[in-house]
Amino acid sequence: MLLYLLFVSPPVNVHAYDTPDDAGGSITVEWSPPPGVEVKFYEVYRSCEGGPYEFIGKFIGSLHSYVDKGLEDGKKYTYRIRLIDVNGDTSEFSMPSSPAVPSPQWFKKGKLNLFIAVVLYFGFLIFFVQSAKTGKRLFIRRIAGLDALDEAVGRATEMGRPILYVPGLGTMGDVATIASVNILKPVAKKAAEYETPIIVPNRDPIVMTVAQQVVKEAYLEAGRPDAYREDNVFYLTDSQFAYAAGVDGIMMRERPATNLFMGMFYAESLILAETGNMTGAIQIAGTDAVAQLPFFIAACDYTIIGEELYAASAYLSQDPKLVGSLKAQDLGKAILMFLLLLGSILSLCNIPLILNFFRTL
Amino acid sequence: MRRTGPLVVAFIMGFAMIFQYFIPHPLSQKFYEIMVQQWLIIISIFLYLFGLRSFTLYHYHKVRRKKEGWYFSLIALLAALITVIIGFGTRRGPLFDKIYDYILAPLQATMFSLLAFFIASAAYRAFRARNLEATLLLVTATIVMLGRVPFGAFMWHKLPDVVEWILKYPNMAAQRGILIGVGLGMIATSMKIILGIERSYLGGE
Repeated sequence: MLLYLLFVSPPVNVHAYDTPDDAGGSITVEWSPPPGVEVKFYEVYRSCEGGPYEFIGKFIGSLHSYVDKGLEDGKKYTYRIRLIDVNGDTSEFSMPSSPAVPSPQWFKKGKLNLFIAVVLYFGFLIFFVQSAKTGKRLFIRRIAGLDALDEAVGRATEMGRPILYVPGLGTMGDVATIASVNILKPVAKKAAEYETPIIVPNRDPIVMTVAQQVVKEAYLEAGRPDAYREDNVFYLTDSQFAYAAGVDGIMMRERPATNLFMGMFYAESLILAETGNMTGAIQIAGTDAVAQLPFFIAACDYTIIGEELYAASAYLSQDPKLVGSLKAQDLGKAILMFLLLLGSILSLCNIPLILNFFRTL
Repeated sequence: MRRTGPLVVAFIMGFAMIFQYFIPHPLSQKFYEIMVQQWLIIISIFLYLFGLRSFTLYHYHKVRRKKEGWYFSLIALLAALITVIIGFGTRRGPLFDKIYDYILAPLQATMFSLLAFFIASAAYRAFRARNLEATLLLVTATIVMLGRVPFGAFMWHKLPDVVEWILKYPNMAAQRGILIGVGLGMIATSMKIILGIERSYLGGE
């Protein structure tokens, strides 16, 4: 009893294991404080392949695990820990942990739920695209902003003024920019048919190169390759507000009758849309940037909201394969809505089954 | 072949990047590092040359043809040229930094500050109570604006809590609805590109 009072008990249940879902070179060590001891610090020691223990770190008393990184894969490591209590007394070393060997993994088990969801969604997509190819008629609801594209191009033609197409500030790595390029094609084709110039200022040189190719092909398909002007699809600047100033300048000088803002936008969205509004142009905006949507709704005639931007290509082309993919999106949404509802009800009943399934590690 | 090549590259790289996301092994990380980070930088550098060419030609043609506002193009060309000369000449020395600190940054701040005026004019139009939706917007915006300033709490001490509730529940519910749709739309668009169903970005149908 006297001995117990004189000596501070060491940490217990020291457990070391290969850190899961990692690229190797790391071991996770866990331990528990001894009962009845107020711990101030823990000192962790490591031994490699049965060699001497070396000090690797001192941690605060509330910490009960540590991820030891920078280790060599395939070697055996053991750990022992001692503590320093609030009185400054140091305990003996704990029992060494059982040996752990770090190794890299080939699959992130914590992302299994996401992998299943992707495979399922992929399956839906293939199924609906195949069924659309058989000639089955699929219904798409009206999207006012996309219906207005024809009217907008026609208006520019009637007024004898150009169309301004702003593909946003994104790069080709942003899906919204790819969606924007997909909309640019039919717009440019229609503009070519009506012999109306289309101006496309770009912020990213890769987007510019793609936009030039798309517009050129559109003019070719419309049978007007001679009307294509490379100068109209150009690189402006990569600076956000310099780009906004440049586009505003184009709006004020060229006075386009139609402004189309499609893609990724940030704080410059309202600067662009309000300037366009002042010039009296018909304006259609489309973005998936939720924070910018209210600005576009306030300043533009039509706004293509979020997923409608991604549906634009299918909607405009009416290609059965693309329309089929929209049905897969709808089914995905229906399943998610069902799971959200079920998850909420189960969580209220203290059953976190669905919640745990969606939680990635 | 002109279209098949890019489609094959998109197919292989698309699937490779999907699998790469689920594989933590160092080989997978190395693949990402080389194929995405290094290749992207190399391609971007080359395409910036195209950008520079496009920028120069666009403004040069405007100046040469004396199109409306041609003097702005002249300023743009001269500014770019002077910045390049100073950048290379001083090896990005203090003078180059001064261009950024005392010319570019204030100009950007000026553009950004315009936003305050544009928000006022857009809000005026949006808040006109023309129909039920606009009236709801007007009422909600008034409550939120009042609740975010000390005067709101002075009027009624529970107003900040009401604002918090509006932002946390109805507003967040609407935002999440849009975000779920956007997420699914992004996956669907990516898959259409990987499978070659969506080809508009190549210029073809």
